[in-house]
Amino acid sequence: MIEAALSRSVARWYPGATGVTGAAKLSGGASQETWRFDIVHPDGVIGAILRRSPKGYGAAPTRAAGLGAEAQLMQLAFEAGVPSPRVMHVLTAEDELGTGFIMQRVEGETIARKILRDKEYAAARPLLARQIGGILAGLHRLPLDRLPELRSRGATQEISEFERDYRSLNWPKPVFELALRWLRDHDPGPSVETTLVHGDFRNGNLIIGPDGVRAVLDWELAHLGDPMEDLGWVCVNSWRFGEIDKPVGGFGSREELFAGYEAAGRKVDAARVKFWEVMGTLRWGIMCGGMMQRFREGPDHSMERAMIGRRASETEIDLLRLLAPRGS
Amino acid sequence: MQDEPTPVELTKSVADFLRNDITPLISGHHAFKLRVAINILDLVTRQLTQEAGSDAKEVERLRALLGVDGSVTELNRVLADRISKGEVDLATPGLAEHLWATTMDKLAVDQPNYASYKRELSRGG
Repeated sequence: MIEAALSRSVARWYPGATGVTGAAKLSGGASQETWRFDIVHPDGVIGAILRRSPKGYGAAPTRAAGLGAEAQLMQLAFEAGVPSPRVMHVLTAEDELGTGFIMQRVEGETIARKILRDKEYAAARPLLARQIGGILAGLHRLPLDRLPELRSRGATQEISEFERDYRSLNWPKPVFELALRWLRDHDPGPSVETTLVHGDFRNGNLIIGPDGVRAVLDWELAHLGDPMEDLGWVCVNSWRFGEIDKPVGGFGSREELFAGYEAAGRKVDAARVKFWEVMGTLRWGIMCGGMMQRFREGPDHSMERAMIGRRASETEIDLLRLLAPRGS
Repeated sequence: MQDEPTPVELTKSVADFLRNDITPLISGHHAFKLRVAINILDLVTRQLTQEAGSDAKEVERLRALLGVDGSVTELNRVLADRISKGEVDLATPGLAEHLWATTMDKLAVDQPNYASYKRELSRGG
């Protein structure tokens, strides 16, 4: 099955490879799958990851950059010294594996709660907020003329898009209305500078080892826009996993994040970061609503999806904490 | 009038059975799914217990705030609409208090262990 196709594939592009073993699906929806496997080689096995859309599922959802773009971005990031897995092979028709790519497997932890609680990461945790600042600075400096074709999104467009998504849910939420008003009133307009924006840079999408961040994953929401968007999103309370006094992914302070970013030679606009944190909180809330809708109408009738619908209220309390804080 | 046990008691009995008798027998991905299932039943129990009381208070606040009458859903639509049009905002007396009270009641059902909720609860609910 998939091991046979992978074995034929690696034999073509990896000199000396004799096959693959241990293929196991890590995650997958209808349109995109992630598999881990080992490449067998006389010098020892090489850990690898396959990201693919199986045949017949080529079309990317509207917001996604597509697997081809993802592979290119990861490769560019890797070459620029941004922690990223090395892309080993981009799938071709000859591979008979659908569309996608194969990358080197980076060992480490992605489960946010483990990273925040396990002893193994205790020494790394206090360093992560600053390190993330440096990584984001590197990512925002990737040369625009080498990027794949990406959608371009500024603050004003994003507000309209989220408003449309929210209205389509037909789900009256006074707190979301308040947030939409606030966003329109505080729209910072086009950013001085347009850069690559990762779009989903947060605790949960990073591979962490005892030494710190080893790889940035999930580039599918990458686009061109305001670099401050990534700094705001990484601070959204839902990605602090309970460590609510440490805004940067539950690791540390905004000051550390900003210091890491500026030490790498880029400037922070704190007001814009706050704007994008509010936007990000609302964005996750509306995404929870989308999950509810897909649970009701779509093919994925899972309990997990149903329960994500009930996470919208966490973004309501976080929006109130941001926009209408109560005296302490 | 329906007979007893009540829906709350029935739901709770299933959740307790799954938690105490089935959890020790299951591992891996199914153990994860089982935890989600138990969480759902616990949420349903909390909603069945709390919804009538919190909705009644919400309607009372909304009537006072909006000066109109209706169901909890209708009144929420009116409030959403007024905020959207800018007719009501955080400077409107009672709005912030209403949104806080309503949101706290939702979290009490959806995610009573959410850290922001616990923090706000420690401020006095």
